This record gives sequence, C-alpha cells and structure tokens, in this order.
Amino acid sequence: MKAMLTGLLDWTDARFPLSKLWNEHLANYYAPKNFNFWYYFGSLALLMLVIQIGSGIWLTMFYKPSAAEAFASVEYIMREVPMGWFIRYMHSTGGSFFFLVVYLHMFRGLMYGSYKNPRELLWILGMLIYLMMMVEGFFGYLLPWGQMSYWGAQVIISLFGALPFDLGDPLTLWIRGDYVIADATLNRFFALHVAAVPLALLALVAAHVMALHEVGSNNPDGIEIKKNKDANGIPRDGIPFHPYYTVKDIWGVAVCLILFAAVLFFAPTFFGYFIEQPNFVPANPLKTPEHIAPVWYFTPYYAILRAIPDKLTGVIAMFASVLVFFVLPWLDRNPIKSVRYRGPMFKILLGIFVITFIVLGYLGTQSPTVAGSELGFRLGELYFSFFLILWLHSKTRTASFNYTVLGIVAVLFVFFDAMRFDADKGMLMFVSSLLVIGYYVFFVLGSMYTKLNEPKPVPERVT
Amino acid sequence: MKSIIAAIVFGLVPLVALAAGGAPPMSANTDVTNQKSLQSGAKVFVNYCMGCHSMEFMRYSRLADDIGLERDLVAEHLMFNTDKIGDLMTIAMRADDAAGWFGVPPPDLSVIARARGVDWLYTYLTTFYADPNPARPFGVNNVMFPDVGMPHVLWPLQGVQSYIKAERPADVISEHIEAIEPDDKGVVLHAAVTTKDGKTSHVTDMLEVTIPGSMKPAEFRKSVRDLVNFLDYAGEPAKLARIQLGYWAIILLAVFAVVARALYKDYWRDVH
Repeated sequence: MKAMLTGLLDWTDARFPLSKLWNEHLANYYAPKNFNFWYYFGSLALLMLVIQIGSGIWLTMFYKPSAAEAFASVEYIMREVPMGWFIRYMHSTGGSFFFLVVYLHMFRGLMYGSYKNPRELLWILGMLIYLMMMVEGFFGYLLPWGQMSYWGAQVIISLFGALPFDLGDPLTLWIRGDYVIADATLNRFFALHVAAVPLALLALVAAHVMALHEVGSNNPDGIEIKKNKDANGIPRDGIPFHPYYTVKDIWGVAVCLILFAAVLFFAPTFFGYFIEQPNFVPANPLKTPEHIAPVWYFTPYYAILRAIPDKLTGVIAMFASVLVFFVLPWLDRNPIKSVRYRGPMFKILLGIFVITFIVLGYLGTQSPTVAGSELGFRLGELYFSFFLILWLHSKTRTASFNYTVLGIVAVLFVFFDAMRFDADKGMLMFVSSLLVIGYYVFFVLGSMYTKLNEPKPVPERVT
Repeated sequence: MKSIIAAIVFGLVPLVALAAGGAPPMSANTDVTNQKSLQSGAKVFVNYCMGCHSMEFMRYSRLADDIGLERDLVAEHLMFNTDKIGDLMTIAMRADDAAGWFGVPPPDLSVIARARGVDWLYTYLTTFYADPNPARPFGVNNVMFPDVGMPHVLWPLQGVQSYIKAERPADVISEHIEAIEPDDKGVVLHAAVTTKDGKTSHVTDMLEVTIPGSMKPAEFRKSVRDLVNFLDYAGEPAKLARIQLGYWAIILLAVFAVVARALYKDYWRDVH
C-alpha cells in the first residue's frame, strides 16, 4: 500500500510539482518561532474567504437577481430552503467577520512594521485585497434589495456624481445602467459580486501568499530571521510552517469558529450592525429612509466623507483615507520595525490612530449632528496626521525641520477651518481644534524635548 | 502592547455615554418559545390584521407545525381565504385599491417585527387615541407613529383611548415623550416640555380608555403581546431551530478546540 502511494507520488511529481509546492509553502517554509496572538489573523482571513465562497455558491443556487424577486428570494432562502437560514447567516456574518479579521491583520502589520522593506509589495498586494473586499462588500450589500441596500448604494454611487467637468452624471448613469438604481443595476452588481470580484480576490490572495513566502514572515520583534542561518542554511529562529503553524492555526480556527457560531446562531444581525433593521423593508425608490448608514466596516471612511461640507473635497478625502495605506511603506521609513523597540511615543501614536478609526466608525453609523460632524472633521485631521507623524518620525529631524512642518500643517489646517468657518459654531470649532493642537504639540515637540520617542536597542535574535 | 490596549479602552468609554435614543417604547416582554402565546397571537392576526395585511412569505402549514396546532384546526379556524393548508398567507385586497383607501397600501407583515422590533410594535398597537382633527380620516392618531394611515383596528378589544394632557406652561416651544408606561386605565406618557426661556419641566399625560372595549387594558396588552410575539416568530420562523442548533454547534466546536489545543501543545513541546 505504502509503495503504491509512493509510486503515485513519484508519478505525479514527474508531471506536476506537487512535492515541490508542498515543501516550498509548508514543510520547508521556515517561519519565525515567536509568532504571537496577532499572527492568527492571516490564516483566519483565508478561513473567512473559504466560508464566503462556499456559502456564496449555495446562496446563488436559490437567490434571484431581479428587482421584482430579490427580496422575496432572500426570504425564501430564510424560510423554505432546508438550512437556508444557516447558509444565509453564514454569509452575512462571514462578511463582517472577514472585515474584522482583516482589520486586525492590518493592525498587526502596523504594529510590527510588516509593510517595511522587503515587504512593501506584500503590503500593497494586501491592500489590493482589502480594496477588492470593499468593492465586493458594496456590490453584495445591494443584493438583498432592502431599503438600506438600495439607499446605501444610491448614496455611494452618487459620490461619483461629484466629479467635475460634467463627468459625474454620465459616470453614475454608466454605473447604474439606469437613471435610478434598478433591475439593471442589481443584475450587474450580482455578476460582479459572484464572478468578477471573487476571481480577482482569489488571484490577489494567491499573489499575497506567494510574495509572503518569497520574503518570509515578519515577527513581533521585527527582526529578519533569514539574517541568522545555521550551516544548513536554515534560519536559527525559524520553524517549519508545517506542522508547527498548521497545528497552531487549527487551534486558532477552532476559537474563531466558536465566536463565529456564537454570532451566527445567537445574534445573526448583531444588534443591527451586521444586518441593518431597515433592510427588512423591501427597497422603495420613492421613500428615502430617515437615516442612511453603510455597514460598519465602511463607516470610518463614511464619517470622513460626511464631516467635510464640500462634496467633491469630501469624496477625495474619503478615497484618500483608504488609498493612503498604499504608500505607507514609503511614508514610514524608520528602520526599527516593531512597536516593541520604537519607544512609548509610537505606541501612543498607534493607540490614538485605533481610537480615531473606531470613533470615526461609530460616528459614521449615527445620524449627523453639529457636534458629531465637528468631531468627525477633527478626527479626520488626526487620521491623516497619523501618516504625517509616521513620516516625520522616520528619522531624527532637526529642530528647524520640525518647526517648518508644524508651520505648514498649521497654515493648512487654519485654511481648512477658514474655508468651512461658520460663526454659529465658532466656539465648537475652537474647542475641537485643541484636540489637533494637543496632538501636534505632543508628537512633534514631544519627540524633540522629551525622551518619549527614543528607540530601545533591538536584540540580535528573536525573543 | 498593554498601553495600546489601555489607550483603546479608555478612549472608548465616552462612547457609551454618547449612545442615546428618542422616545423609548415599552418593553414587549415576548417569548417565542411560548406556544400558547403564539397560538393566541395567530388568532388575533388572522382575525384583525389579515383583512388588509398579507404575510406572504408564510405558509399555513408551517405555521400549524411550528406553533403546535393540528393542521385541521388551522384549516377550520385560521384559514378564511383558502382551503389549501400549503398556501401562503396572502390576502384578496389589491394594493392599488388599498392605496386609494388608506393613502399607502398596508405593508406585508412577514418581516415587520425584524424591521420595527417587537417593543416598537407593541407600543404602537397600544397607543392609538381619539383625535377629533377632521384631517384624520379614521378619527384616531398614534403616539409612536404620528399621523399614521392605519385605523385603530383593535378598538373593539381595547375601546377608545382619550389623550388627557396635563397642564403645561403657556409658552412651550417643544416637547418630547421620555417614557411610556402601562397603567390600569390605559397608558401613561411622561413628557419633557421646554419653554421659551430654555427651561425643561416634566409632565405626565395619559391615554385613558374612555369608551371601553371588550377587554380591560391589562387583558388587551396581553393580546397585543401575543400578537407581537406571533409577528416576531413569523419574522424568522427558523429562530427556535437556530438557537437550539447553536448550543450543539458551540459544544461541538468546543470539543474540537480542546483537541486542537492539545495537538498544538504537543507539537510545540520541542520549540524553545
């Protein structure tokens, strides 16, 4: 029996690089031995992709992509298809979990400098995956054809209408295929959601993994394990991905699936965050809901869009807030990768960025208020300031350089406030500006006059 | 690492304070495992609601099986417009006629409990009151849904409530309802009124049953609770199965997790 299997393997290997692939990507791929909690999310993202594709295939067997039937076909899946509710909730919960896992995966990258040399391209491929996920989520959210599906898509598509030179209207018309969101829009969104974007996603994920295995994984110490190899050319701090990380990731999968099942079975709408309540009302082109909010994973960017009074500027800022991640490897040139050795200031910087992102996300789910929009605007400024400070802290800057940057930022932000000045909320604008002033005082002057930005010595070997 | 987590936690505390809503509905206290309540709710639904509202994603047969009624009983007592137990719960009223009569066609109620929530529906159905304004076609209005197009269909049960307003300061510029409570005589409404000088005071209004129906207010509330419970069930008939399956799924995954953890720890013994 064993001889037969070995024979079969030899036969295959002579015709297809099966053993070669297995060894290159699993058995002889050496990963750092010091991965921590944050390193589960890469394999979990893959798990979510598989769940989405599997459940999605089953949903397409029963879903009807037509304006007249879409809403009813989703209810048909929920009621009449055996275990249809399970498949549907798996897909709706899976969408949110996919984003949650990917956000944590990206945060890991920020924390340990995983985007830095030599992993710039790996990071860009990852960002392309994230971008494709957003596109996929946007198309998919129209399919249940509820009120929020309809009006959410309406709002996002209308953003393209802000383009200058009379390009806006023809473009939105081209995207919708009709003067309003209608059957034609639903059909093309369905095609893109189930075929075009998933194909792109799969290709990008494959490229992401190939790039990773070419450069090797980063680790919580941000030290290149390939720089310290033994006589056989094997990194001293590396262990074969299989079996060590395969068994470890299976444990991660088990825990993740427990949390996933807890949401799927006990709170599938997740209090209106994963499936919004108004989406249980069929789409009605004549009735705009009182309050339109996108799903939670878009809301930080939506809050930035809404906080800016001028529509075109808002749209540009929103897209910029996503796309700025692409150039991160060239903004943050600090040679120390990991948060562990970068000094307390980097930790605080990153912590504030996470808070900014979460509070922006919260604001994006709420009805707009004067104070909320003001806070959103300031947090938008802090959002972009994070990247500026990362760039500024890339190396030791002279005092005059720091003051020049401060001066430029001050002029720019005062200009923004002058453009949107409104005497009724002058006081509010002044108070909220203290947030930004305090931020810059701390991160620019603090790095000059305190030891908070002093790096710690990086060890030779992983800890 | 710890400082990042601490910064996130402390940064989020103010968010909890920010989260607040509008006029809060009463708690419906429904329970979809209570089959008696579901049966009573189904009865109210087909007798009072189904004249105008369909439930077109629901089948009589499924309803019978899920809420513990014999199919014959359902055919005899709950099916007024079909003889086939497998039929969907549709109605004969045409949408364009209905739009002419009520302004908007009465919506299908299959998933209304998921769109509105049980508490909102419960409070909505108990807070109709007589409104003599000639602009109100059916002589009633509603606290939760002002100027609603729907008549007070349940009045033979509840009777008619009058809106008895407490005395207010003369120069009120705005008011809103802060809390709604059940009462022996009807429904109590706690309102906050703001006067021109910016001061806010609190008054207690009342929806009092002045023309009695066949039920006392408490009995009526129970009927509405049953009805809303039924709507909750109908919004997601798989809910009970979902929760039951959930416990098994979690137990199974927990066992898998224990095994996976043991495997991981065993393999990793030689990694230092």
